[in-house]
Amino acid sequence: MRITVSAALRTLAVAAAAVSLAGAAQAQDTIKIGWAISKTGPFAPGAGITTLPNYQVWVKDVNDAGGINVGGKKMKIEVIEYDDRSNSEEMIKAVERLATQDKVDFILPPWSTGMNLAAAPIFHKLGYPQLAVTANTNKAEELHKRWPGLTFWLGLPSEIVDGIVATFEKIKKDGKINNKIAMISVADQFGIEMSGAARTGLKKAGFEIVYDKSYPFGSQDMQPVLKDAQAGSPDVLLAFSYPPDTFAITDASKVLAFNPKVFFVGVGTAFPVYKAKYGEGAEGVMGIGGSDASLEGVKWYIKHHKDVIGKEPDRWASPITYASLQVLQQAIERVGKLDRAAVTKEINTGSFDTIIGKIKLENGLSKNIWAVGQWHGADFYGVAPLDKAGAKPVTVPKPAWK
Amino acid sequence: MTLALDILLSGLVLGGMYALIALGLTLQYGIARIMNLSYGECLVAAAFGALFLYAGLSVSPLLGLILVVPAGFALNWLLFRVVLTPLVRRARNAAMLEVDSILATFGLLFVIQGVMLVAFGGQLQSYSYLSVPVHILGTTLALNRIIALIVALVIGLGLYLLLTRTRYGTALRAIAVNPAAAQLVGIDMHAASALAFAAGGAIVAAGGVLVSMFLTFSAVMGVVFTMKALIVVIMGGVGNMLGALVAGLVLGVAETAVARLVDPGLTLAVTYAIFLSVLLWRPTGLFGRPAR
Repeated sequence: MRITVSAALRTLAVAAAAVSLAGAAQAQDTIKIGWAISKTGPFAPGAGITTLPNYQVWVKDVNDAGGINVGGKKMKIEVIEYDDRSNSEEMIKAVERLATQDKVDFILPPWSTGMNLAAAPIFHKLGYPQLAVTANTNKAEELHKRWPGLTFWLGLPSEIVDGIVATFEKIKKDGKINNKIAMISVADQFGIEMSGAARTGLKKAGFEIVYDKSYPFGSQDMQPVLKDAQAGSPDVLLAFSYPPDTFAITDASKVLAFNPKVFFVGVGTAFPVYKAKYGEGAEGVMGIGGSDASLEGVKWYIKHHKDVIGKEPDRWASPITYASLQVLQQAIERVGKLDRAAVTKEINTGSFDTIIGKIKLENGLSKNIWAVGQWHGADFYGVAPLDKAGAKPVTVPKPAWK
Repeated sequence: MTLALDILLSGLVLGGMYALIALGLTLQYGIARIMNLSYGECLVAAAFGALFLYAGLSVSPLLGLILVVPAGFALNWLLFRVVLTPLVRRARNAAMLEVDSILATFGLLFVIQGVMLVAFGGQLQSYSYLSVPVHILGTTLALNRIIALIVALVIGLGLYLLLTRTRYGTALRAIAVNPAAAQLVGIDMHAASALAFAAGGAIVAAGGVLVSMFLTFSAVMGVVFTMKALIVVIMGGVGNMLGALVAGLVLGVAETAVARLVDPGLTLAVTYAIFLSVLLWRPTGLFGRPAR
């Protein structure tokens, strides 16, 4: 009996050694890349539009091309994925597990500002670069100083608001709109921060805010708010809204035949489902983000994304997410080995060619951003910053609802 | 005056939607005695059904009702027979059944959500159907929302009459009041409960199809609807059709009035203020009778 047990144990030990050897051999051929992302829970819609599809497309592209060139050797990507269930504690646990148990070479960031800020200390502690594309905060520079691996790609909220104000100011100066603005915002951090900054900027630019209210997160009927906004006969509707509200605001405006010359709605405007839902009615609608759809890279990307995933990408953070992964790949290839500290340094200091053009971080911030976009035909073009190369001239007034 | 009328009509239309999504739950919770936490997921599943029919096969959501509602009935009947009847059988009292059904349907919530995530993905879904203006007494309303109100009124009043005026309705109410005694007078409790639960499922399916015409939804949004439905059901008195209808309409009008007259930021606050005051002064709901 004893002999049998020890024999069995020996067999097990040999098997275990063989497995671990096989694992080690495999680890030399592939780059292990992990991520913890919200596949379920309230963040799943956002992560499912902007982040996860791009991870999948990029991994496929890299592996189809034979892998990432690390010091002359092509290494394919092996993916380890966890669902953080939209819970920041789960996400942190999963990131720790990716680093300590799965021993991945790189970790791709979670979705949303909150999740990325929650993840920053742990990414830093474990020594992984964090390309936090979907994080949008005015504290970006300060945070990058504290955690140098943490980088920002979407522009600051203040840059977005500046872009909005500058756009409105210009079309007012051109005599295309009067100075009356109706502003509505969702009553959470995003809405409060953005509307606060916009209020100050718009007043300074000589606008009169005829309606200025916030509504609770999750409101299911926007018609009462819009009736009062419409009553002030503004030339501009500016809404800092979330996707369900963005759709509800557009629906209600159509029903009320409320068609201000500038119709600006918040998150969700850049989603392909917006265009799919409103068709020609989307023409001239403005929102946050945008992309320069005249760039060959962007054209290729939109088509490619559709071919691989089966649906078009959103036109704000999606192209940037893909571009950030190109940056990661190029940084690894330039360093030539899986040295995270060196790759982090290269991301921070190098200059990279991506689908959205050249990217060079300044103090951890990408400057290749769009603050304001507008639907022109099939695409949501960047229109501001007004002086950025590729900025499309704004169309005012917006055509009637269709 | 025109403002008051405007608020009243817009509020009724919003309230109609609240009532519509609550009617099924009040049947399931009040009559079949199952506190169905996966209720919102059932609603979203029906919404996906409507979207699939509309976007995939160009079947109008209203026609889609003919398919989705019987499917909701059948699936919920099966669910009750297979998953929930054992709980009903072994429950020694109402409190135990309540706890067991909450736990079981909590699990079910994730099953339904998981299936929807696999089938449709996590992203937001939105389409337009009958989003056209209708002018009534100087107020502009969206046709799809008016339809939801009308359906809510028809179902609510119809079921109310069914429950209070017919022999079978009396049997159903008997189960709600005292399931043990109901069996003594020859009512087949399990069959009747299954029917009530399935009818609740059919109503939530109708609700899901109708709200999908004007609300943006995703596979993970069910809990939003469960919460709203639960508030309306408890406010109206558990198991009371008329109560759910009135409570839904009251909430809709109150929210609209506050949004127009005070501040849209306070609509959630007023919902919970009304809910709290009803609970304080009439703990069994607007139309509920004190527990005996």
